[in-house]
Amino acid sequence: MASLASGPVCPLPRGDHDRVQLGHGSGGKMSAQLLREHFLPRFRNEHLDRLGDGAVVPVEGGEIVISTDTFVVSPLEFPGGNIGDLAVHGTVNDLAMMGATPRWLSAAFVLEEGLPFDVMDRILNAMARAAAAAGVAVVTGDTKVVDRGKADGMFVNTTGVGVLHDGFRPRPDSARPGDAVILSGPVGRHGMAVMAVREGFAFESDITSDTANLAPLVAALRTEVGAAVHVLRDATRGGVASALNEIAGASRVGVELDDHAVPVPGPVQAACEMLGLDPLYVANEGVLVAFVDPAAAPRVLDVLHGFSAGAGAAVVGRVVPGHPGMVVLRTGLGGTRVVDMLPGDQLPRIC
Amino acid sequence: MKYLAEYRDPKLARSLVDRIRREATRRWTLMEVCGGQTHTIVKQGINEVLSDAVEMIHGPGCPVCVTPLEQIDRALHLAARPDVVFTSFGDMLRVPGSECDLFQIKAKGGNVRIVYSPLDAVELARRSPDKEVVFFAVGFETTAPANAMAVWRAKEQGVRNFSVLVSHVTVPPAMVAILDAPDNRVQGFLAAGHVCTVMGWTEYEPLALRYRVPIVVTGFEPLDILEGIWMAVRQLEDGRHEVENQYVRSVRREGNRPAQELVERVFQVVDRGWRGIGVIPASGLGLREEFADFDAERKFALGFIRADEPAECRAGDVLRGRIKPFECPAFGAACTPESPLGAPMVSSEGACAAYYNFGRFRRAAGED
Repeated sequence: MASLASGPVCPLPRGDHDRVQLGHGSGGKMSAQLLREHFLPRFRNEHLDRLGDGAVVPVEGGEIVISTDTFVVSPLEFPGGNIGDLAVHGTVNDLAMMGATPRWLSAAFVLEEGLPFDVMDRILNAMARAAAAAGVAVVTGDTKVVDRGKADGMFVNTTGVGVLHDGFRPRPDSARPGDAVILSGPVGRHGMAVMAVREGFAFESDITSDTANLAPLVAALRTEVGAAVHVLRDATRGGVASALNEIAGASRVGVELDDHAVPVPGPVQAACEMLGLDPLYVANEGVLVAFVDPAAAPRVLDVLHGFSAGAGAAVVGRVVPGHPGMVVLRTGLGGTRVVDMLPGDQLPRIC
Repeated sequence: MKYLAEYRDPKLARSLVDRIRREATRRWTLMEVCGGQTHTIVKQGINEVLSDAVEMIHGPGCPVCVTPLEQIDRALHLAARPDVVFTSFGDMLRVPGSECDLFQIKAKGGNVRIVYSPLDAVELARRSPDKEVVFFAVGFETTAPANAMAVWRAKEQGVRNFSVLVSHVTVPPAMVAILDAPDNRVQGFLAAGHVCTVMGWTEYEPLALRYRVPIVVTGFEPLDILEGIWMAVRQLEDGRHEVENQYVRSVRREGNRPAQELVERVFQVVDRGWRGIGVIPASGLGLREEFADFDAERKFALGFIRADEPAECRAGDVLRGRIKPFECPAFGAACTPESPLGAPMVSSEGACAAYYNFGRFRRAAGED
């Protein structure tokens, strides 16, 4: 067995890297590793390497943003939404986080043999309504059908194109010491809403998904606040904790959160307590994180409070000069703890 | 949130912190037994704000952490069988065995499922008569009644394709092992509130007397833990060594009798290996002879699977309070939450993972 004196060698022949595991889709460290080791090296280019929510690419007369996302959720319909509106909001929000106004969408569907038409039609209706409300047109698409058992009812991919505006370029690497960290609303609703109706979780709740189009909030921030908004990110997979870690890493700054300031709805807190989960790591589909100039923070809150998706907006922390790349939470007791990126999916605790 | 917010009030918590620091005339060394308590202590920074008055040693009370490598390897062997659906509590899935973990077995085609209750596994077995459903029955006295109930019900309902891979452990023998060690530093214990909800605290009375250590049955919220620490410190300052109950809203002296009776009917006391510590006599529970048909170890003849733990991992010293997790040479280098060497790095309740996740910042700042 390797001695530790010879360096940090894991003595367990664990065969970690020979195939994909579910944890690689968690949005945590395993996802980052998957990209770093297998995907990015093969597709290297200046646009991809920035790793934003979307890519900014030059076109004649300016720049556009392209973003793509694939949606897999079980069950397909959940309290507060379904995979259809989720697929529109997800890509629209990714474009918005780059500062763009979403314009066009493509939609591609993998349909499982046996999927009832009434379920599919409800999903397509929700998708059409969400696109119309967001002012985006679904301009191209594709359908494929696979054998029963080879897809979870339906998988959806959407790709979006948005247009940029002069003087408004929020980016994950643009956080600065002193910035106020703002959340647009309470955390954990989407993940817990889906979990509550998933097979095997026999608890009743009235939690609904927060799935929402955040582009209007961003448009208002652009016109009302402008360049004082340094970073925007929607806190989806991996939750607020993962989004903040990505920003802290990209901007090489420390982030300090106030435990009591993070808004967690009562039922989400209750469900998380019961299942041994931390709401900071639970997925959201309608919550954005904003890093803004502290002087602009009150104005940002005013703007966000004007929207139902931003009604619960609050300052939850700040960018500090110390511990670059690390997110630290101040507890009510005055203690501190590191809010790290999780390796894979959050695991329920035993007791 | 009702019944929780009351026990997390920062103002009350700070006043308890002040009281403990005022009343401690020296720095005392306490051990919280249960992993759930470790989680709260590190998550809330309780060890940090009390560090001049109390040193908290994180005890062996995380069931995920103390399940021996051999049992994990047996679980992996079962989970890889095509005829088996292997069910488990969530945080057992990332515990490293000799070769891999349950997540990796799942990725290779094993049917591994997370359940929240062993009764769900019995139900799954009833609905899948062509499969063998195995539940990984781990944990302390807290999970033993529900696991006993699952076996009991499977027998009652004639669910022959259900079995349990048992790795149950009990708290008092572990405390004795810690207290008997010649280099023991623990001066008082916070006993695990949920274990005592089931078992009561009569077992702890002879321990307090014999080893002259205060034992305070303690809950899991920040105010519970601070009050438990305060009660233990007060005993130490007074020179007393008694069993006291902080967790009065949940624990009675005699415990939960029907739960104890069920455990007694299904399980018997056996010698049990603890990961990182070794075999502690009479420290575990195994199925009684009349439930042998539901014992996965016998049903699948798993006795041939043996394993030695990696020598680099000093989990045993961590679990016994001999070293802090970061004093292990593998900590944060060969051993991280992404690639854990020993089980205390796996579970969020494990002492090593707790330190890794929540403590790096404090050490970086030279505060701990």
